[in-house]
Amino acid sequence: MRRCLTQVACRIIQIFFALQYLEGRKYVVQAIFLAVAMLFAGRLFYIQVLDGSYKLAADRNTLQRIVKVPYRGLVYDRNGKLLVQNTPVYDLLVVPREVKQLDTVRFCQLLQLPIEDLRAGLLAAKKYSRVKASPLVQNLSTAELASIQDNLIDFPGFRIEARMARAYGTQSMAHALGYVGPIPATWVDREKYAKYRPTDFLGISGLESFYEKELMGRRGVQYRMVNVRGIEKGAFRGGEFDTLSVAGQDLHTGIDIDLQQYGEMLMAGKRGTVVAIDPKTGEILAFVSAPAYDPAMLTGKGLGNRYMELLNNPERPLIDRPLTAIYSPGSVFKLVNELVAMQSGAVTANTGFPCNQRLVRCTHNHEYPGNVSIAIKNSCNPYFYQVMQATVMRGRSRNRFEDSRLGLAEWKRNVQTFGLGDKLGVDLLGEKKGLIPSPEYYDKSYGYHRWTYKTVYSLSIGQGEVQVTSLQMANIMAIIANRGYYYTPHFVRSVGQNGPLPQFQERHKTSVDSHYFEQIIPGMQMVVGRGGTASLASLEQFGISMAGKTGTVQNRHGADHATFAAFAPVEDPKIAIAVFIENAGFGGSSAAPLASLMVERYLRGKVVRKKWEEWLPGSADRFVKRHH
Amino acid sequence: MKTPARYSRSIDWVTVGIYLLMVFVGWLNVYAASYSPDAPTHVFGLSFGELMNFNWFKQILWIGTAVLLIVVLLVVDYKAYDTFAYALYAGMIVLLIVTPFIARPIAGSRSWLELGPVRLQPAEFAKFITALAVSRYMAGINLRHQNFRDQLMLAVFTLLPPLLIIAANETGQALVFGAFLLAYFREGMSPLILLLLAAGGAILILALLVPKLWLIGFFTVLLVLVLVFNNRLLRHHLPLSIGVWLVVIGMVFGVDFFFNSVLQEHQRKRIEILINPSADPLGVGWNVTQSKIAIGSGGVVGKGFLQGTQTKFDFVPEQSTDFIFCTVGEEWGWLGSVVTIALFMALLWRIVYVAERQKSVFGRTYGYCVASIIFFHFAVNIGMTIGLAPVVGIPLPFFSYGGSSLWSFTTLLFILLAIDAYRKQDLVR
Repeated sequence: MRRCLTQVACRIIQIFFALQYLEGRKYVVQAIFLAVAMLFAGRLFYIQVLDGSYKLAADRNTLQRIVKVPYRGLVYDRNGKLLVQNTPVYDLLVVPREVKQLDTVRFCQLLQLPIEDLRAGLLAAKKYSRVKASPLVQNLSTAELASIQDNLIDFPGFRIEARMARAYGTQSMAHALGYVGPIPATWVDREKYAKYRPTDFLGISGLESFYEKELMGRRGVQYRMVNVRGIEKGAFRGGEFDTLSVAGQDLHTGIDIDLQQYGEMLMAGKRGTVVAIDPKTGEILAFVSAPAYDPAMLTGKGLGNRYMELLNNPERPLIDRPLTAIYSPGSVFKLVNELVAMQSGAVTANTGFPCNQRLVRCTHNHEYPGNVSIAIKNSCNPYFYQVMQATVMRGRSRNRFEDSRLGLAEWKRNVQTFGLGDKLGVDLLGEKKGLIPSPEYYDKSYGYHRWTYKTVYSLSIGQGEVQVTSLQMANIMAIIANRGYYYTPHFVRSVGQNGPLPQFQERHKTSVDSHYFEQIIPGMQMVVGRGGTASLASLEQFGISMAGKTGTVQNRHGADHATFAAFAPVEDPKIAIAVFIENAGFGGSSAAPLASLMVERYLRGKVVRKKWEEWLPGSADRFVKRHH
Repeated sequence: MKTPARYSRSIDWVTVGIYLLMVFVGWLNVYAASYSPDAPTHVFGLSFGELMNFNWFKQILWIGTAVLLIVVLLVVDYKAYDTFAYALYAGMIVLLIVTPFIARPIAGSRSWLELGPVRLQPAEFAKFITALAVSRYMAGINLRHQNFRDQLMLAVFTLLPPLLIIAANETGQALVFGAFLLAYFREGMSPLILLLLAAGGAILILALLVPKLWLIGFFTVLLVLVLVFNNRLLRHHLPLSIGVWLVVIGMVFGVDFFFNSVLQEHQRKRIEILINPSADPLGVGWNVTQSKIAIGSGGVVGKGFLQGTQTKFDFVPEQSTDFIFCTVGEEWGWLGSVVTIALFMALLWRIVYVAERQKSVFGRTYGYCVASIIFFHFAVNIGMTIGLAPVVGIPLPFFSYGGSSLWSFTTLLFILLAIDAYRKQDLVR
C-alpha cells in the first residue's frame, strides 16, 4: 500500500520532469484548453438545463403582473333605490427616484399635510422601492384633488392614481350594509384571502363581507414586460396569459330603505332593534339597530380614526343588535308554547285554566281565561304556566323528574322547528344562536333528576333561560303569519340577475300543523283590539287587521325591555315585525305603537298619526353622526 | 516575393474561416444585444449620424476596418514583425507611460486615447506587441540551457506592460499577460512553475473558502505523515518539505493581508461575490446575478434570435461588450453556448497546430502567445458571466462589441497567419 502510493507520486513527478521533449508539451496546453471548455460546458448545462430557478428569476425580473380591480357590485333596495355605489377617490403616489428638489414647505401647505407625515411617508416609500410608486396620501376626494392637481406639475415624482371607493345613497342601515376597508394585515396570510394583495380593499363586515365574492367580481390580470427601470415594454407573449376583469354582481336587497330610515328615526335616542320581514319570501324589510351611525363614516379618508371613534363610543353604535343582542323573548314566547302544546295534544284552543296567582304572578287583572284567545289577549301568566305544564308533564314516566326531562326534550325539539336556539342562517356574519335549554342544560345546573317542570316553569312565559335574537323574534311572527312555515330571513333577493341564494328559497316547516296557527290568531288580534295589551297599536281605523303580542322582559340590565311582535294584514300577511326597546318598560305602551307606525308606513306608504312619532320617547337627532 | 496567387494559397484559410465565422456570430449577438424593440427598424431611412447611435452599426464599421487591417497585415513583409518587434515594444511602453497623463478618465481609468471619433485603448495593443517582443527574445536564447539573466530579461519584458497598465487602473487587461506563461511552458519553462502557481492559487482559494485552522491542521498532518512514514524520496528533501509547509502556512495567513491590504475595495468585493454569489444581489453581485439569470433562462435551445428579455431590457450591464456571452446564452441556449465554446476550441486547436508547424522559434512562440492570450480572454470572460471567475473587465475575443478589442485580436491573429504564410521560406533562422 505504502509502496504503491509512493510509486504513484513518483510517477506523477516523473511525468512532469519528463516533459523535456518540448513537442509533447503541446498536449498539456491542449489539455488545459479542453479542461476549461469542458468545465464551462458542464457548468452551462447545469445553469441552463438542470437548474430551473434562473428561468423563474428571469420572469420575476421582467414580468409585471398588473391586477385590474373590477367595479365592485352595487347595492339596491327593494324599490331599486341605490344604497351603495362606487365613487372615485385618489391616491397620491410617489416614486422616490424621480423626486427632485422637493420644496417641502410648499408641498405640505398644498396637501395640508404635517411635515413629519411627509418625511415618514417618503422614508417608507424609499424603503419599499426607489423606482416603484408607493402611496403617500390615500383617499383624496375629488374636491381635494382639484385643489392640488394643477400644482402637482411642480413636484416631479408625485402622481395621482384613481381608485374606486364606496359611497352611500343612504345614511341608514350601516350595520347590515357593512363597510369596505383595506385588508387587515392578519388576514393576508389566510388561505381564504390568498387572492388579495396587501394593499387591496375588501368587505370587512355586513353584506359587503358576506357577499364579498359576488361583489368583488373577478380580477383581471395582465402580464407586462418591463425593463430594468420598470418601464413597460409591451404585453407578455402578446397577452396570451391575460384575463379580463369581470365586474362584481349587484345586490338587490329586499330592504325598504324608506321604512328603514323611518325605523331609525323612530328608534333615535333609544337602544334596541326593529326587524321587519316579508313573511311570504323571508326578505328583510327593515333592520334597525339603535343607536345607529352613518355608513359614510367608514369610507374614505380617515376611516381608521372614525372607526376607533365609533368603537370607543359608550353607546356602542357598532354593535349589530338584531343579530347579536340576545333577549329573553318575554310573553311573545307564550304563542310558541301554546302552539307546541296544541300540536302535542296537551291542550286545545278551548282549554281553560284558572288565573292561579299562586303558580306565577299575573301582571294583569282580567276575566277568567276560558280559552286561548282570552289568555293571549290578557297575556295571562298562570294560564300559560299550566299550558306548558300540560305539554311537559305527560306522565310518560312515573318518576316526575324523568317525566320532566322527557317532556322538556320533546318541547325543545318542537320549539327548535321555529328556527330558535340556532342560527337562522341570514346572509350576514356573526349571527347569534340564542338559547332553547335542553334537559341536559338543567342537569348541569341542578343535577340529574334534581329538577322538575316547577324548576323551569319560567320558560312558559318566555323568561328565564330562553333567549332569542330580534331576528328570530320577527321570524316567529313570520311563521305565524304563514301559518306554520318560514323562509330563512335574508337581505338579498337577487344576486345580479340570479335570484336569491338557494338556501333562501327553501321553505322550512314547523312541527305544528297550520290549523293550530289559525286558532291563536284571533287572540293575537284581540291584543291590538279594544281592551288588549297593545290596543294603542291598532290599525283598525285604516282597515288593516293586525295580530300581535306584547312582551315585557325582565332583565339584569335595569328596567324591563319592552317588546312587541306582530304581523299584518291578518288575511294576507305582508309584514311581520318585532320590536325590542331596551329598558323602556311595558311593551304595550312603547314598543307596540312603534311597531304599529312601522306597519302603517309600510302598508300605506305614509303615516298620518304624526303626533305619535313625537310622543314616542327620545328626540330624532341623537344619531351618531359623522363629524365634519 | 510570391505572386498573389501563390501567396493566397499559403494562407491558412481554415483559421481565416473560423475567424470570419466568429466575427459574424459575434456581430449577430451584438446586434441582438443592442437591438431595441421600441426603436424604428427601418434603418435604411436613417442618416449615417443616426446609425452611429447603434452599436451593431458601428460594429459593422469596425469589422470593415478590421478587413482592411488584415490586408495591410498580410501585405507587410513578414520579416518586419520580427525586425521591428523591439522598436514597437519600446514605442508601446512610451505610449503606456504617457496614456494616463493625456487620457480623459472614462469609467474610473485613464486608459482610453481619443483620436477624433475613435477611442483606442493602448493596453489592447500591448498584448500582441509584447507577444512579438518576447517571441523575438525567445528566438535568441536557448531556454533549455537556462541562465538567470535571460530569465530575468524575459520576466521584465513580460511584466513591464502589465505594471504600466495597472498604473492606469486596468487590472483586467494586465492579468492577461499571465497567459504568456503557457507559451513559455511550451518553449521549455520548468513545469514546476506552472505547478507551483496552480498549487498557490488553489491554496489561496482554499484559504478564502475553508476556515484557516482546518487548512493549517490539514497541511500539518500531511507534514507529520511524511515524516512518520519516513518516505525515501521525501526524506532526502526534509528541509524542503518543512520549507514548503512554512510557505503554505505563510500563504494561508497572507491571504488576509493580500485580500484586505493589496486588493482594492471593488476587487475584493468581486472575489467575495464569487465565493458567496447571493451576498449582495442588488449591489456588487448585480452583474453576476443578472448575467447568470440571463444565461440560465436560455434553456437548452434558447429563447431565439432577438427574443432575449434579460439582455434586451437592460438587466445585464455591458451586455454588448464584456457580457456579450449572456446574449449568446439567453437567445441560443445551451446548444448555442456549446457551439460558441466549440468555435473557440477549434480556433485554439488550429492556432496550436499552426504554431507547431513553424520552423522558427519566433513563429512558434508567437503562435503560442496568440493561443494563450485568446484562451485567457475566453476563460476569464465566459467564466465571469457564469460565476466561475471574478468580474474582470476583459472582452470576449471577436464577439464583444468594440473597435479596440476587435482590431487588437485581429492583429494578433493575422500577424501569425502572415508569419505562417512565409514559413517555408524561413529556412535560414
